[in-house]
Amino acid sequence: MNAGGEVVLDLQKVSLSFGGVKALTEISFDVREREIRAIIGPNGAGKSSMLNVINGVYRPQQGEIVLRGQRFTRMTPYKAARAGMSRTFQNIALFRGMSVLDNIMAGRNLRIASNLFQQAIWWGPARREELAHRERVEQIIDFLEIQHVRKTPVGRLPYGLQKRVDLGRALAMEPSILLLDEPMAGMNVEEKQDMCRFILDVNDQLGTTIVLIEHDMGVVMDISDRVVVLDYGRKIGDGIPDDVRANPEVISAYLGATH
Amino acid sequence: MGFFFETLIGGLMAGMLYSLVALGFVLIFKASGVFNFAQGAMVLFAALAMARLSVWIPECLGIDGRVLGNTLAFVVAGALMFVVAWLVERFVLRHLVNQEGATLLMATLGVAYVLEGVGTSVFGTEVYKIDVGMPKDPVLILEGSFEGGLLINKEDFVAALVAALLVALLALFFQKTSTGRALRAVADDHQAAQSIGIPLGRIWVIVWFVAGLVALVAGIIWGSKLGVQFSLATVALRALPVVILGGLTSVPGAIIGGLIIGVGEKLSEVYLGPYIGGGIEIWFSYQLALVFLLFRPQGLFGEKIIDRV
Repeated sequence: MNAGGEVVLDLQKVSLSFGGVKALTEISFDVREREIRAIIGPNGAGKSSMLNVINGVYRPQQGEIVLRGQRFTRMTPYKAARAGMSRTFQNIALFRGMSVLDNIMAGRNLRIASNLFQQAIWWGPARREELAHRERVEQIIDFLEIQHVRKTPVGRLPYGLQKRVDLGRALAMEPSILLLDEPMAGMNVEEKQDMCRFILDVNDQLGTTIVLIEHDMGVVMDISDRVVVLDYGRKIGDGIPDDVRANPEVISAYLGATH
Repeated sequence: MGFFFETLIGGLMAGMLYSLVALGFVLIFKASGVFNFAQGAMVLFAALAMARLSVWIPECLGIDGRVLGNTLAFVVAGALMFVVAWLVERFVLRHLVNQEGATLLMATLGVAYVLEGVGTSVFGTEVYKIDVGMPKDPVLILEGSFEGGLLINKEDFVAALVAALLVALLALFFQKTSTGRALRAVADDHQAAQSIGIPLGRIWVIVWFVAGLVALVAGIIWGSKLGVQFSLATVALRALPVVILGGLTSVPGAIIGGLIIGVGEKLSEVYLGPYIGGGIEIWFSYQLALVFLLFRPQGLFGEKIIDRV
């Protein structure tokens, strides 16, 4: 358990609504260095909205995001990426026409220093840089055990492998905070186990802080350090898995008991 | 038989120019979802710039020699196309992110008028010649295979080579460089591209710049063959059926579509003309596009859009 690190990401009273529909109501929680922080909740609880706020896809009407001491009232996906956050998508958003290798290489984009002109004339530094990035990408491919489909266009891969490529592309950014949007949704037991192993390894070996959304409580409780529970856009629980499991509000939200 | 092949080759040459213009359409549509009506105006603007600069620059600098003068004019015209791309992103696209397709189309219509207006007021409205030293004389080839051989215009041949080279270089750029990869990524999925830190604004400038360069090459080939004049802007209308035929999202589609339209125009004029009256060349491509819209709206190579219900 790594829960003792300092706070790297702090969400303060975040509220988000679409028209008249309140997706999130004054949600506050923090994420500590090197921990695995899960956001769980039943369908429609606002989990994905929460992740999209952190990532800058949605702009909350109220509240702030403090990332390593820096305040963001207007986060954008680009700023988030520059600040060392990378993410995966619930409904896989890979570059379907491109190979596995190109998808993951695209994740290196922010780390490429050569300019358009150098690349256009295929000049020495641009080429050497490309090779260096390629080496890092091959390590990621090995790590995720997808060597055999390296050159395959991702659109042709089975779902479980696409999920891994999605993770690979996010890892290629060498993020300090990794946001995972339902990484295990729609997987069979074996695929879920593999994904859990990858997540734990990334956290353990690279020291990456992980924020993870899951619908299914079982898996999450096993791998997370701390858990936030959302229901109807409100925070109803926050703490270590055992405490959350024992929380009566959480139990009723999940089992649909009388409110 | 010889005559048939000459017509065919003539059609391929004309089609290649359509392909270049259509390629500009496809590049911009893929990367930004904008149907760029200003592509024709960009060809006109680039050709005008090239035509005038290749005269002005040698005059101003006192350079003698066509090659150097033309090279400098090409570089400056290319730089101008970059400025156009930058201005379009800064003052048009940036403010219209996530707007309806029709809104963006109207905006490019505006861009077209601005380009035509600025182009003609800066560079003048006369008919100009671009002289890049293309060989003008026709040659006879394959005299052994056909009776009388095939009469081919050398200029067309050089133009075809240049166009093919341009397409090959673009393909290499897209496949082999990190910027090319970023361009393809944006074409596939905007949201995911942003999440890995690809700045959309910069990508749009690059795409419009590349489309501008393609327009410049198309403009030079066209201008050196037929002269640069205002009607060049309407070439966009001729390329419209090409993108419908080839598919708006497919680069190979633009190229093959252009060739099919070019060949179709010439062959129908020569072989159908005598039966149903001449002038087919002018409407043939639109008819073909209409048939495609009825039976295969995504074009030959375009992605079929499937909406999940």
